[in-house]
Amino acid sequence: MATSDLQIAEHNLQHHFADMEQQQETSTFGMWMFLLTEIMFFGGLFTAYLVYRSSYYTAFVEGSQKMNIWLGATNTAVLICSSLTMALGVRAAQTGKPKLMVVLLLITILFGLGFLGIKAVEYHEHWTNHEFPGPNFHFETGDPAHPPTDPQHTEIYFSLYWAMTGLHALHMVIGVGLVSWIIIMGLRRAYSPSYYSPVEIVGLYWHFVDLVWIYLFPLLYLISKKHG
Amino acid sequence: MATAVQTVERENYLNSNYGIKSWLLTTDHKRIAMLYLVSITAMFWIGGFFAMMIRLELLTPQGDLVSSDTYNKLFSMHGIIMVFFFLIPSVPAVIGNFVIPLMVGAKDLAFPRVNLLSWYIYMLGAITALTAMVTGGVDTGWTFYTPFSTTYSNTHVIGAAIGIFITGFSSILTGLNFIVTIHRMRAPGLTWRRLPLFCWSNYAAALIMVLGTPVIAITLLLVALERAFNIGVFNPQLGGDPLLFQHLFWFYSHPAVYIMILPGMGVISEIVTCFSRKRVFGYEFVALASIAIAVLGFVVWAHHMFVAGISVYSALVFSLLSYFVAIPSAVKVFNWTATMYKGSIRYETPMLYAFGFIGLFTIGGLTGIFLASLGLDVHVHDTYFVVAHFHYVMVGGMVMAYMAGLHFWWPKISGRMYPEAWAKLSALLVFVGFNTTFFPQFIMGYMGAPRRYHAYPPEFQVLNVLSTAGASILAVGYVLPMIYFLWSLRYGELAPPNPWNAVGLEWMTPSPPPTHNFDETPVVTWEAYDYESQPQEEVTVGH
Repeated sequence: MATSDLQIAEHNLQHHFADMEQQQETSTFGMWMFLLTEIMFFGGLFTAYLVYRSSYYTAFVEGSQKMNIWLGATNTAVLICSSLTMALGVRAAQTGKPKLMVVLLLITILFGLGFLGIKAVEYHEHWTNHEFPGPNFHFETGDPAHPPTDPQHTEIYFSLYWAMTGLHALHMVIGVGLVSWIIIMGLRRAYSPSYYSPVEIVGLYWHFVDLVWIYLFPLLYLISKKHG
Repeated sequence: MATAVQTVERENYLNSNYGIKSWLLTTDHKRIAMLYLVSITAMFWIGGFFAMMIRLELLTPQGDLVSSDTYNKLFSMHGIIMVFFFLIPSVPAVIGNFVIPLMVGAKDLAFPRVNLLSWYIYMLGAITALTAMVTGGVDTGWTFYTPFSTTYSNTHVIGAAIGIFITGFSSILTGLNFIVTIHRMRAPGLTWRRLPLFCWSNYAAALIMVLGTPVIAITLLLVALERAFNIGVFNPQLGGDPLLFQHLFWFYSHPAVYIMILPGMGVISEIVTCFSRKRVFGYEFVALASIAIAVLGFVVWAHHMFVAGISVYSALVFSLLSYFVAIPSAVKVFNWTATMYKGSIRYETPMLYAFGFIGLFTIGGLTGIFLASLGLDVHVHDTYFVVAHFHYVMVGGMVMAYMAGLHFWWPKISGRMYPEAWAKLSALLVFVGFNTTFFPQFIMGYMGAPRRYHAYPPEFQVLNVLSTAGASILAVGYVLPMIYFLWSLRYGELAPPNPWNAVGLEWMTPSPPPTHNFDETPVVTWEAYDYESQPQEEVTVGH
């Protein structure tokens, strides 16, 4: 290797820390605090979802039946796989295998882009069906025997669906950007077993965004199938 | 004239680098604190201008100076600017930014670049909100209640909401930085039980910033989306629930008043102990009271909604929980008083402001208990009683504490002493002006005068004129410090490292501090506020 582990560590130690250990603990701790704020950020939407789902249960079930479960389930699987490759990538950085790290993170990005692609297909479907809140919103159950019970309340379901998945997708886009940056730095051999906290904290972020989807999927796609 | 003129000027954070770029790209917490000081001072004067317009309109019972629409915009913009762009960043982002790393013996905050980012985010949010105000204003009140804000208001609600949304992230990043710094960057020997109370109270406020601000962010984002795309999350016509908005809004905005007051309480703890020459009475209780206020603050929000149509039973619970906040608040007030008892008190400007804080915060806090009781709240809800209560806590409390802190740490910040006589005069003006402004509003409110109207029945004129006269005195009290602080930068007496003979790591480094704060990392071997055992002795840095 061109630069030794020790040189990388010395180069990256910021002036206000006593040693690498303090710096690494601090940045990881900071990321956990940031994720706490993210939980509260999504928490507002989850609260709104809970309130309206309990008030307008039937309308929410009808809205939920418009979801493409197979695409949603595929996306869930894609994200879980991406979390695995991410975790392995962090491990590779920690054990000093920069090439392996780059490969694993590239796969992670591919999974992330795959998720966004599938999400775009779903969005397109909803858009063409007028299942987008606002003046052009129009809702049909698709079954003439069961007209929609309350399209206005189903519109609230779709408002929340777009807001929650949209915000999640935005986080995915940011995540893809962050992982790309780690890959570029990885190609420049910027990380070593004594300095890999950027890889670690981007990994934490990535897992968090996956975890949000793990909650979004059942809440939005899997409301009772017995009704309607 | 300066007595000890140094022939070779020592390098410090102010003279280590020159030029606009060295300020705009700095990652030094002390310089970032100065950037914040300049920005929030500008916002304070803008918000103050709106306040003076309100007071001028209310000189006469008729609505003659401005139309009712303009009046609605004036009090909305006054509230938005003062709450989100002045009070919330005031003590944390200026004083906290400057002294917390010094107090914990660190070279900087944990994330210096994030700290700079937070200032840029603040500026972006401030410019967005100001643009919305210049291009037409906003008239929803600082509370943005739906469906008025989402459907009926014809003003720039989206711009103002996005401005606050953006600024929220600067507050989140500041809070995050404080929490991580206090956890991870303390000097050797500086245990939690030796931590200055200013750090404790900013830590508590930072917890609220980190946990509460994201909720207001998402709520205001939903308001903006609802206005832009006509979706129905909060609009009752579409089945949405306006009460949900109020719950989400106050879930942040009630704890937010503790973001505003807690750092102020920290300032008072530092000053009372220093100018009484005594250890803070019941240090542990004062420290834990900050945490208790932060925790309790999250479970009292619905006391803003007693007349909004929430269930009687939940109102009962929220009323009771709100009373509980009085306990840690009273612990602080009693402990400050007990600290002064038999202390050798010096009546210098920071202490005068601290006296003002303790008295006025007590009145503000006690009237808060009136508002937390279900029956009385129905009577005084949405009257000037609420306005007076809030301003007693926020202006009489927080702004006083901010002024106290600025005077206390000004020698450290600037390396110069401010003129003591002028400062005492302005402290007196602020105290008299403040009480003349807001005490009449308690009476008016109790007599039933509703807030947020630009005209009022003639029998309230005497009280309103008093209030406006007081506001003018208050304005002079705020202009004076700005003048003499600026004056002192050039002509003030050179400040020694520890002009107040205070304990605390920030006083063990030169004034102004060098860029890296300490020449060598201090090692703490003494208890916090150890005024009695080493009354005059200079404590040295290092071993």
